Amino acid sequence: MNLIEPMLPSYLDQSDEVRARFERIRQREVILEVRKLGKRYRSPQGEIEALRGIDFSVRRREFVCVIGPSGCGKSTLIRILAGLDKHTSGEALLDGKPITGPGQDRGMVFQGYSLFPWLTVKKNVMFGPRMKGEGHDQAERDAKLWLELVGLEKFADAYPHQLSGGMRQRVAIARALVNQPRILLMDEPFGALDAQTRAKMQTHLIDIWKNIDVTVLFITHDLDEAIYLADRILVLKAHPGEVQEVIEVPVPRPRTPGQFNSPEFRATKARLEALIHPAPEPLPEDEQAVKPHMIRFTDVHDNVE
Amino acid sequence: MIFSLFGRGADIDARKRTFLAIGSFLLPLLVWCLVSYAPFVWHPKVLVTDPGGVDYFQVDMLVDKAMFKDEVANMEQSHLALPVGRPSNPIYLPAPDDVAKAFYNGFVHPPKSTDVPSMPASLWHSVQIIFWGFLISSLIGVPLGIVSGTYNLVGRLNEPFIEFFRYLPAPAFGALAVAILGIYDGPKIAIIVIGTLFQQVLIIANTTRKLETTLIEAARTLGSKNLKLLSTVVVPGILPDLYRDQRILLGWAWTYLIVAELIGTSSGITWFITQQARYQHFDNVYAAIMTIGIIGFGTDLVLGRLGRRLFPWDRTQDRQ
Ligand SMILES: Nc1ncnc2c1ncn2[C@@H]1O[C@H](COP(=O)(O)OP(=O)(O)OP(=O)(O)O)[C@@H](O)[C@H]1O
Ligand SMILES: [Mg+2]
Repeated sequence: MNLIEPMLPSYLDQSDEVRARFERIRQREVILEVRKLGKRYRSPQGEIEALRGIDFSVRRREFVCVIGPSGCGKSTLIRILAGLDKHTSGEALLDGKPITGPGQDRGMVFQGYSLFPWLTVKKNVMFGPRMKGEGHDQAERDAKLWLELVGLEKFADAYPHQLSGGMRQRVAIARALVNQPRILLMDEPFGALDAQTRAKMQTHLIDIWKNIDVTVLFITHDLDEAIYLADRILVLKAHPGEVQEVIEVPVPRPRTPGQFNSPEFRATKARLEALIHPAPEPLPEDEQAVKPHMIRFTDVHDNVE
Repeated sequence: MIFSLFGRGADIDARKRTFLAIGSFLLPLLVWCLVSYAPFVWHPKVLVTDPGGVDYFQVDMLVDKAMFKDEVANMEQSHLALPVGRPSNPIYLPAPDDVAKAFYNGFVHPPKSTDVPSMPASLWHSVQIIFWGFLISSLIGVPLGIVSGTYNLVGRLNEPFIEFFRYLPAPAFGALAVAILGIYDGPKIAIIVIGTLFQQVLIIANTTRKLETTLIEAARTLGSKNLKLLSTVVVPGILPDLYRDQRILLGWAWTYLIVAELIGTSSGITWFITQQARYQHFDNVYAAIMTIGIIGFGTDLVLGRLGRRLFPWDRTQDRQ
């Protein structure tokens, strides 16, 4: 056994191969551009500044993960990009055009699947094409194609409640992709899945991304997941939500689960950990209020530890 | 596999439930039988079968037990024939078999005379009143409720008034309804509408609000908006709950029926009941009241079954 931990390389060191890849990505056109984006919520407790001065851009077919502590505004950011919420300052451009509302050029996958329970799997996937004005037959052909892609053609006529969580999320992905969006927005899509299913879904998502002309913006709070999936990781900090750092992941592609122990991977993870869980710092007020006061309800001698 | 396991568990439950459901009907019936057929339980009256020497007694006359005893004593003293009778319940509590007979006769041999309405005809009239009242109420209430629940602005605009209006007792509008709509079916339908509509708007608006917002958001990211959103997401999304609400509201409509039918010229099952009560045919009265119950309960049972067929994706329908 190797008792002496070798010095980790810096997460900033990139192999030639990786550097060349980032060079190629930088050649591609910008799909999503976010400039000085800010969001304030008015709530009974006063104004909350959820996002402040967010700046970043995403290039075509890039895989970008957004990571940050709970409440840092990850969901707020992705909802603004999806057009579900309005930002209060700055701008967000998709292909150079300001985002003003939801549109089929952006696909969204939610953590809670949000499949339509009254529609079969196939009809769920057909929803987008139908809204676009496609005829039933064309929509059905499209749906079948995408269901095949996520491996669920056998479940076309099942209802969502008959599927497992992983399968439901596959349907949600197919439903978002069938519209052929420019960018796929995913808000902790695998957060509710067990570890095994989650790993399978990650590999599957990379496979899809490799084969389709789609850009992915992926929110997660799982550091491994972010490193495993992303080209770049956008690290946010909370109160107010600001960009802390944008990390270019030095782990070479194609990614395999075996890389979880590679020096680049661990170096990146160490950096993320330092950013997200810094030395103990006073909790934000709302969490300070939650202080469990442990009372002993069992016999003093009845110890479990 | 999981489905079949779950299914078997539900089956046993279902059998137990049916058993209990039947029991819940048998128990009151048992009490009724006991009171009717066991003379020692109640029976405060005596049914005269032979008047004997008492000049004002007649066959089939019901007299108080005490009075009968007095007369027996009187006759004994004056050495006249003793009256004969058997213990009996008051006229307003017929025995189950009398009611069953009345029930049977009411449907199988309805009276031919024109001045006394037959039970089926009366019921049919009542069902029509309910149908039209509930239909009109739903035609206004369901869309208004859905729109109020979907668009906050609309909801805020009409709900306070509706909230106020629903506290006004519907029967209080009877006289007004007669003045406007005449004395026949118009005012009766109006009372049912007034009694149902306002609750309906509020209940359905509430149901609509409970639709998960992420479903609407998902639909918006998929390109659905405005009216399309209403017809492709909101309505199908709430349909099972809407259906359940409508079932409950239909029950309420029935409770307004009796009041509604007393307005203007009495009609329908209410008229039948009041007429029969006037002639002291209480067996018919009970039969009619029970028929209303059977129709209401039966409709709900059928609608509940139908709901499970109509909304196979809705897990809560199974639990009823
Ligand atoms: N509708 C709202 N009204 C008021 N404040 C809100 C609203 N939505 C979010 N916030 C606040 O904005 C901040 C960011 O919330 P957001 O949900 O975007 O965080 P998040 O990073 O997605 O958190 P999590 O990791 O828990 O999902 C939080 O402080 C939250 O309380
Ligand atoms: Mg979130």
